Amino acid sequence: MNKWLLSTALTLSLAAPVLAQDYTPDPNAKSGGSITITYKDDVATLDPAIGYDWQNWSMIKSIFDSLMDYVPGTTTLRPGLADSYELSADGLVYTFKLRAGVKFHNGREMTADDVKYSLDRVTNPATQSPGAGFFGSIAGYDAAGDAGLSGVEVVDPLTVKITLSRPDATFLHVMALNFSSIVPKEAVDAAAGDFGKMPVGTGAFKLAEWTLGQKLVFEKNADHWRAGVPYLDSIVFEVGQEPVVALLRLQSGEVDVPGDGIPPAKFVEVMADPVQAAQVVIGGQLQTGYITLNVTAPPFDKLEVRKAVNMAINKDRIVQIINGRAIPANQPLPPSMPGYTAGYTGFAFDVEGAKKLLTQAGLPDGFETDLYVMNTDPNPRIAQAMQQDLAAIGVKVNIRSLAQANVIEAGGAGTAPMIWSGGMAWIADFPDPSNFYGPILGCSGAAEGGWNWSKFCDAGLDAKAAQADSMADPAKAAERMALWSDVYMGVMEQAPWVPVFNEERYTMKSDRMGGADALYVDPVSIPVNYDYVFVK
Amino acid sequence: MLGYLTRRLVQSALILLGVSFITFILLYVLPADPVRQIAGRAATPETVENIRRQLGLDQPFFVQYGRYLWGLVQGDMGRSYLQKTEVTELILSRLPATLLLMLAAITAELLIGLAMGIIAAVWRGRWPDQLLMMASFITVSAPQFVVSLLLLYVFAVQLRWFPIGGYGTFAHLVLPALTLGILGSGWYARMMRSSMIDVLRTDYIRTARAKGLGRARVVLRHALPNAILPVIAMIGIDIGIFMGGIVVVESVFGWPGIGQLAWQAIQRVDIPIIMGVTLVSACAIVLGNLLADLVAPFVDPRIKLR
Repeated sequence: MNKWLLSTALTLSLAAPVLAQDYTPDPNAKSGGSITITYKDDVATLDPAIGYDWQNWSMIKSIFDSLMDYVPGTTTLRPGLADSYELSADGLVYTFKLRAGVKFHNGREMTADDVKYSLDRVTNPATQSPGAGFFGSIAGYDAAGDAGLSGVEVVDPLTVKITLSRPDATFLHVMALNFSSIVPKEAVDAAAGDFGKMPVGTGAFKLAEWTLGQKLVFEKNADHWRAGVPYLDSIVFEVGQEPVVALLRLQSGEVDVPGDGIPPAKFVEVMADPVQAAQVVIGGQLQTGYITLNVTAPPFDKLEVRKAVNMAINKDRIVQIINGRAIPANQPLPPSMPGYTAGYTGFAFDVEGAKKLLTQAGLPDGFETDLYVMNTDPNPRIAQAMQQDLAAIGVKVNIRSLAQANVIEAGGAGTAPMIWSGGMAWIADFPDPSNFYGPILGCSGAAEGGWNWSKFCDAGLDAKAAQADSMADPAKAAERMALWSDVYMGVMEQAPWVPVFNEERYTMKSDRMGGADALYVDPVSIPVNYDYVFVK
Repeated sequence: MLGYLTRRLVQSALILLGVSFITFILLYVLPADPVRQIAGRAATPETVENIRRQLGLDQPFFVQYGRYLWGLVQGDMGRSYLQKTEVTELILSRLPATLLLMLAAITAELLIGLAMGIIAAVWRGRWPDQLLMMASFITVSAPQFVVSLLLLYVFAVQLRWFPIGGYGTFAHLVLPALTLGILGSGWYARMMRSSMIDVLRTDYIRTARAKGLGRARVVLRHALPNAILPVIAMIGIDIGIFMGGIVVVESVFGWPGIGQLAWQAIQRVDIPIIMGVTLVSACAIVLGNLLADLVAPFVDPRIKLR
């Protein structure tokens, strides 16, 4: 072992205890009580291998646990069901030591076999998990099937060894995703395809009741392995509630958190009323709203034209249109994401400059193009502002306002010259800059049907991104972030996007809800970290 | 009669087959790929193709449609793409709520509409008639979501007489039923008015008047039973109108019926649910019309069912 390896091994063996620096419980927290959360849509599923939407994400987080977890209200990793872990010097083998005595809701103790079963299950194509792609770096992923992953081995009942086919700096984040939740095989088998309606996990809450289309009741798991949490005895999720109606019910004290947030039409009214404004918690979120410019077809195959569009969009005015619920963006990454390039100002709003660039591109009289946009408020209004901005430089924009699924289809097929991402914008799956690249800016996402709607593909940047993701050594984290910053600056040089704004999150809560504000704008558990909030 | 019924049932089955075919085509040509909705944004092209194959969506149109029909005749509507639950189960769990709302709404429509129609007919050409007929115009043309939110705001938020949306007790039922009742009452009011006016002109009513009976007794005991029959025959057709209008009201009031289920499924391109709800609604419309036709001879003996 050379010196570097030795130091790495030391850092890594130290890493786990350092990560264990944890959440300080709220001294005023009280146990007991029940809260009511509302949602417009019914909950599709609580199967952690399947659930991938706004509302079931944090519900699943409360029912299940993964090997890794985040310190509540932050993006800092901490061990979950893993007690500790070690990474081999070559960055390819993770050895997780599991916590002893963790019990599933059915009373059985969790073991390393369950970890293997859960990872095999989520990557088995038969499961149809939308998250399977996250596990691509585990050895044997490409051959995954009923036989399971060759890269996941049970060493003893409390030790799991996961071998990767390439070093992956984001792997611990992947192990904290809902898709990595540990599930008991016997409960999955017993549910016979309906595990999503009869979930059994190790989490702080268990599902007590589910009346389809009406409500779900979560009950406290008294045997939860993390001492002291949760505080709440139960959570009632009422579904099928219009956001406007939920707001009325919040005012009358029937609802504690309207899960869908403040409807755009009500936003000004809420913020102008001191009583209601006091119930609002504001926080950042790992989100960027952007316009994609299809670089494979004229006129956006010309760099000057893409730059001109970047300079023509008045982002401040668009932020005003959504009542200031966002901050203008100048690069793909949101400011709270590691790897964000501070000090970069991007393309300034400059109509004359934009016109000059169009002339240079041989289009002094502008051109006509289509802007695809999702048809729910406020997106069509935002598109109209963009249409006016571009008209000022002679570009005639036809707005194609469609249902979400149709816009995604047009984007994937590459038939849309411009798409405003609002309503479908990229929200990070995990707090790492890597998550903003591959599917939406990398070559892999530019394939037919992918989410890279610009069809932008730069082999040099892809190689740099791959290099950054292979730097799994925590000691090189700063170097890795610098490399990511380079990648995104490289993207901006070629301007396949117009980054427009980063949305802020506005959560409303009733006066009786307790717990730090950060829990109500938790970057990982949206809208609320149910395990740690309490009733005053 | 039996022959007529058999023929109508066969016709109904053919209509449903047609509805299923047209809906299936529309969903097939829809420029939105359900597999992408299932696969999510992190999926690799291989995953997407794999899911497409598993769901049989890589097959030609007629194979897909044939498989769907084969399932349907066995009572299997398939599994929801995103909820991974039997569509039959999802619809059955929501059907009672919709039927309850339908019953309550039609009762409300009849109570409001018939009262309006009778009053308008009795005071024909005078101000109560003009006022009520104007009101019926407004209710027929008022948008559902406006009326729903208005009633919700006034009676639930301000006056606190009823709960703000939800399901479970009689109090929850009142506002959504009233919304549909008010909106649907205009048709009944107009039907009732003209039917009542016809009856009030007949000789037997003149006789009743002539023997000195009071106006209330003449209208309610002698005229109403005859005037109401054509209106009752309308209820069957009203079921169809009701099915078309339930989506908005169920969404606003958080009523867990099939309208709400359909709305959510459409947004997520969950084709098996959309197909299932469309067929169940079409069934209700076809049966409602059949019912209306079967009732007709009892209302008007000149009509014979052959």
